[in-house]
Amino acid sequence: MKSVADLRVNAVERKGDKAVLLRLAASAELRSECRPGQFVQVRVDGAKDTFLRRPISIHHVDEERGEIWLLVQMVGEGTRQLGCLKEGDTLNLVMPLGNGFSDVETLRQKAGGKEPRPLLVGGGVGVAPLYYYGAWLKRRGIEPTFLLGARSKTLLLQLEEFEALGRVCVTTEDGSYGERGFVTQHSVLAGERFTSIHVCGPGPMMKAVARYAKTEGIACEVSLENMMACGLGACLCCVEKTVKGNVCVCTEGPVFDINELTWQI
Amino acid sequence: MADLTTNIGALRLKNPVMTASGTFGYGIEFSDFVRLEDIGGIIVKGTTLHPRQGNDYPRMAETAGGMLNCVGLQNKGVDYFCEKIYPEVCGIGTNVIVNVSGSSPEDYAECAARIGALERIPAIELNISCPNVKDGGMAFGVTCEGAASVVKAVRKAYNKTLIVKLSPNVTDIVSIAKAVEAEGADAVSLINTLMGTAIDIEKRRRMLSIGTGGLSGPCVKPVALRMVWQVAHAVDIPVVGLGGISTTEDAVEFLMAGACAVEIGTANFIDPAVTVKVAKGLDAWLDAHSCKSVGEIIGVAE
Ligand SMILES: Cc1cc2nc3c(=O)[nH]c(=O)nc-3n(C[C@H](O)[C@H](O)[C@H](O)COP(=O)(O)OP(=O)(O)OC[C@H]3O[C@@H](n4cnc5c(N)ncnc54)[C@H](O)[C@@H]3O)c2cc1C
Ligand SMILES: Cc1cc2nc3c(=O)[nH]c(=O)nc-3n(C[C@H](O)[C@H](O)[C@H](O)COP(=O)(O)O)c2cc1C
Ligand code: FES
Repeated sequence: MKSVADLRVNAVERKGDKAVLLRLAASAELRSECRPGQFVQVRVDGAKDTFLRRPISIHHVDEERGEIWLLVQMVGEGTRQLGCLKEGDTLNLVMPLGNGFSDVETLRQKAGGKEPRPLLVGGGVGVAPLYYYGAWLKRRGIEPTFLLGARSKTLLLQLEEFEALGRVCVTTEDGSYGERGFVTQHSVLAGERFTSIHVCGPGPMMKAVARYAKTEGIACEVSLENMMACGLGACLCCVEKTVKGNVCVCTEGPVFDINELTWQI
Repeated sequence: MADLTTNIGALRLKNPVMTASGTFGYGIEFSDFVRLEDIGGIIVKGTTLHPRQGNDYPRMAETAGGMLNCVGLQNKGVDYFCEKIYPEVCGIGTNVIVNVSGSSPEDYAECAARIGALERIPAIELNISCPNVKDGGMAFGVTCEGAASVVKAVRKAYNKTLIVKLSPNVTDIVSIAKAVEAEGADAVSLINTLMGTAIDIEKRRRMLSIGTGGLSGPCVKPVALRMVWQVAHAVDIPVVGLGGISTTEDAVEFLMAGACAVEIGTANFIDPAVTVKVAKGLDAWLDAHSCKSVGEIIGVAE
């Protein structure tokens, strides 16, 4: 069930100079509703021109601490205001929203009877939903491999956390960490075969990975970031063209199988 | 506990708070947040005779205190509504009203007739004011003749409560209101969105896919309130007020301006429970001001 909740900010951790990690206290009931790949709509208080809520992915659900985590990249007035939050503040969320990534059963189907070997590909702040997905899979006995890309090392978000979770492959455009280049150029793609690919990041990156997956015949889903107003399937502002016509990213997504989309890839 | 009931012609509402079309889906989308039966009326998505894909993305841009949208009447058509949606919404314990749009008077009339056959839809709201499609809506709502022609055609085909939704994108909204009253509208609702635009200064182009969109939200409230006051003082049929309402006090203003009921739109995006909060707030406000019924404040503002 969706709800509107006031959550206490337990901690605000700076991540480089452009992002923050918000750790929010959340009841067991709220936490149990969250699926990886889903998002929340955050009300931004105090920003002059920010009227609508801001959609932010669920970065993690921490059962030990009883928290929900959001990883926010400061790109404009609303997200900058979120970066100014302090411990003890409250944040008003509508949550959880959207469909989420494939569940274990679907991953097994995609693997065609073999042991699932999912590859989770993230670019920039697009790594946010992959952390929870990876942790969630691991708890269910599936080992995820992460492939993370950024322009340079300082822009790689949550690298240590990902490394604590599983195998991490990295590309940076300037070669300051991992392999030089884009995620699609990483050697792991040439050397190993995955049973499914799950991507979140900038549009061109998602398209490049989708192209690779399509060529290789690997099941691939992408998490879209269309601009949203309601987040509830009511306003029809967030639509994406699909083989079924215009559909709402906020309810039928944000995660789509690439075969549902009309991308020219 | 004040008496919150109000009437739009023959249509009785348990309280004066309704939802504005296009901002509340079919109501079901909000059932986790509010008890739908606590809302005075639910005006569902704009419905047309034939399915429409709507405009391309991007369909919205945020503005100070509001937003622009150019959704363009995306819907699956009236037959889909009758077969698939109606069974889902007809059991909601409140008035479910369908917002009807079209591209010719005949279209409107045909669509209205099919909705008229649905026993548990007590009223329609005729949208002659959508600024986001070329071939319909607003073209009719901006002239007295156009507005009259649609209402005339629909009135012949539809005998339940007919609310006509007016466009603010006109020089004289009072004359349009009078024109639709003369053709037999049971009530008018106003305002639809105000035409506007926004520019992405880095890309040096307009943000919305069709260039322009309709402005809604708190920023339009003073304009809407002025128009409601003017129309309420010029026609004899009931007026439903909307445009920028997000608090109890906003709703009280519209009622005092002469509206017998209000609709809440964009504010649902910020607080999905706002409708019921405003309805409860009205009750408390009336009690605090020693008013026994909502009728005591309708139209009191000079
Ligand atoms: C389902 C979903 C999940 C998301 N998850 C995250 C997340 O986990 N962490 C995170 O930092 N961001 C996430 N985003 C993007 C985030 O919502 C936007 O960055 C944010 O709304 C920008 O708000 P602002 O006020 O800071 O910027 P604005 O001042 O509104 O805009 C600044 C810039 O950001 C762009 N922008 C505005 N809205 C969006 C949007 N919805 N998507 C992409 N760019 C946008 C604008 O075009 C503009 O160039 C997500 C978006 C969606 C739709
Ligand atoms: C996303 C969106 C979609 C809308 N769709 C419709 C519609 O289909 N039919 C209609 O008559 N009005 C439509 N409207 C206009 C609203 O019903 C309302 O008239 C307007 O938004 C002003 O009220 P508000 O400021 O409370 O939102 C839409 C508004 C928005 C924001
Ligand atoms: S954001 Fe309103 S329908 Fe998706």
